[in-house]
Amino acid sequence: MSILANMKVIAIGDRDGVPGPAIEDCVKTAGGEVVFSSTECFV
Amino acid sequence: MNAVIKSVAYTLTHAPDLVVHAGSTQTTERIVNPESDYLKAITGGLRPFEDVVNYAPNQTYIGGMTPAQLAEIPMPWYENGLPQASRFGKFGEIMPQQELYLLLQICDSFDLVLLETDYAAKAAEEAAKHPMLVELLARAKAGVETAVIEAAMADGAEGLYQDGKLVGCVKKAHSIDENLSAHVILENLVSKATSVISLLNLVKNSGINRADIDMVIDCSEEAVGDMNQRGGGNMAKASAEIAGFTGATGSDLRAFCAAPVHAIITAAAMVKSGTYKNVVVTAGGSTAKLGMNGKDHLKKGVPVLEDVVGGFAVLISENDGTSPEILSESVGWHSVGSGSSPQAVITALVTDPLDKLGLKITDIDKFSPEMQNPDITKPAGAGDVPASNFKMIGALAVKRGELERAQLDEFVTRHGMVGFAPTQGHIPSGVPYLGFGREDIMAGDIQRAMFIGKGSLFLGRMTNLFDGASFVVQKNSGVSPAGSVSEEQVRGLIATALRDFAKSLGGE
Repeated sequence: MSILANMKVIAIGDRDGVPGPAIEDCVKTAGGEVVFSSTECFV
Repeated sequence: MNAVIKSVAYTLTHAPDLVVHAGSTQTTERIVNPESDYLKAITGGLRPFEDVVNYAPNQTYIGGMTPAQLAEIPMPWYENGLPQASRFGKFGEIMPQQELYLLLQICDSFDLVLLETDYAAKAAEEAAKHPMLVELLARAKAGVETAVIEAAMADGAEGLYQDGKLVGCVKKAHSIDENLSAHVILENLVSKATSVISLLNLVKNSGINRADIDMVIDCSEEAVGDMNQRGGGNMAKASAEIAGFTGATGSDLRAFCAAPVHAIITAAAMVKSGTYKNVVVTAGGSTAKLGMNGKDHLKKGVPVLEDVVGGFAVLISENDGTSPEILSESVGWHSVGSGSSPQAVITALVTDPLDKLGLKITDIDKFSPEMQNPDITKPAGAGDVPASNFKMIGALAVKRGELERAQLDEFVTRHGMVGFAPTQGHIPSGVPYLGFGREDIMAGDIQRAMFIGKGSLFLGRMTNLFDGASFVVQKNSGVSPAGSVSEEQVRGLIATALRDFAKSLGGE
């Protein structure tokens, strides 16, 4: 499954939801390239 | 034997002028966009003290009402205040800003806090009526002329305002050291003062002799130090001094918002090991987080709800045979290698420690994760944090076959609760339910509760890791130290003996 093949991805995660590193893993599995990843805390 | 939750205290301090002058959203805006509409409008969004006292989540935090009672009140809660609510609740109190400013001066050992003469006199007069502040009044200093305050302001002091009027200031403590700047000193003194008021409420609630407290752990999020040791500490011992804990030492534990749970795990282990008999875990609150989501609130016509500085204190003592036990034999922690997916986090914090105890998720009657008030977070776009956590825990229970998928909503209602804590970082992190949890367990309404704290370590830029820890509190097994019978059992034996005696008098 390479639904994100040849795509560059910016991942903004949420500490109390899905954090950046978890999104990164999903993007890589789907063939995408993470160009920026960050996790933010909104509380 | 496991240590017990002997007593708790929770306090809130109303600080509307600190929202404007010390909250990081506002101080940042003043730098990047000093003429912004937001800065012009924020004063109009501040609440008077009465509204803060009548605000149902605040009443819940200090024990004036239960989380279940709060859930009965329709949201938004800021539109459904409780008329005639008291500033004092069974767990603590809501303090007005004037008392805070006096307490800052009381907590200041270096003559850095100046208050204007009339303001200082009025504040002392009000504090004399306060059941706990009155004992500290001897530490308050005489007021000064406004010209003295203005001169200090010209030399880098931070202003203390009441209704927008300059009534005092906090001076810088060093000519060039940023770590002792007026801004940092104010931030640290507010944290210390709000810890102190929590400690005093804890003494009142527990009835403990202050000299019997051996150790204080501060788990707030401020750094105390100078240019050579920026986070040197020790806020705990500084607060213990003002609170009169003459027999106590102290140290600070820092782990972002996860620190309170780490601190309670540490305190419980200290007591269980016999190192100390009575350990207090305490934290004051944060000025920087005041009005953190103020822009979103004002944009949506919501008052600036982040207008209180939080505080709490927990007394962890040797097993008395009656108070709920902290199960030190199996706590949860998010390890370096745990992974960051929600499933990995909940597994590390919830099911790993439960597996060691031989318990299922559904064996925990109440979960207390991050307990942020959704009245504050939902208009800011951060959702309902406690509800999200309960759903994630329930989903894992479904995955493990401990719960039917159709029971998920019921699980969230039964094993969770509504959030009621201010967004003060470490303050809402697991511990707000300790007071109610202790009472619910002792009343026999529940058997056990799990407390979960999470921390955003990545904000400090030393690691990209997340952090978290958890512990379970359970009904006391009824066995007191050295295998003797507990107070509860003694009371039962005496009651039985008296009943038998009464029967014998009745000629039965």
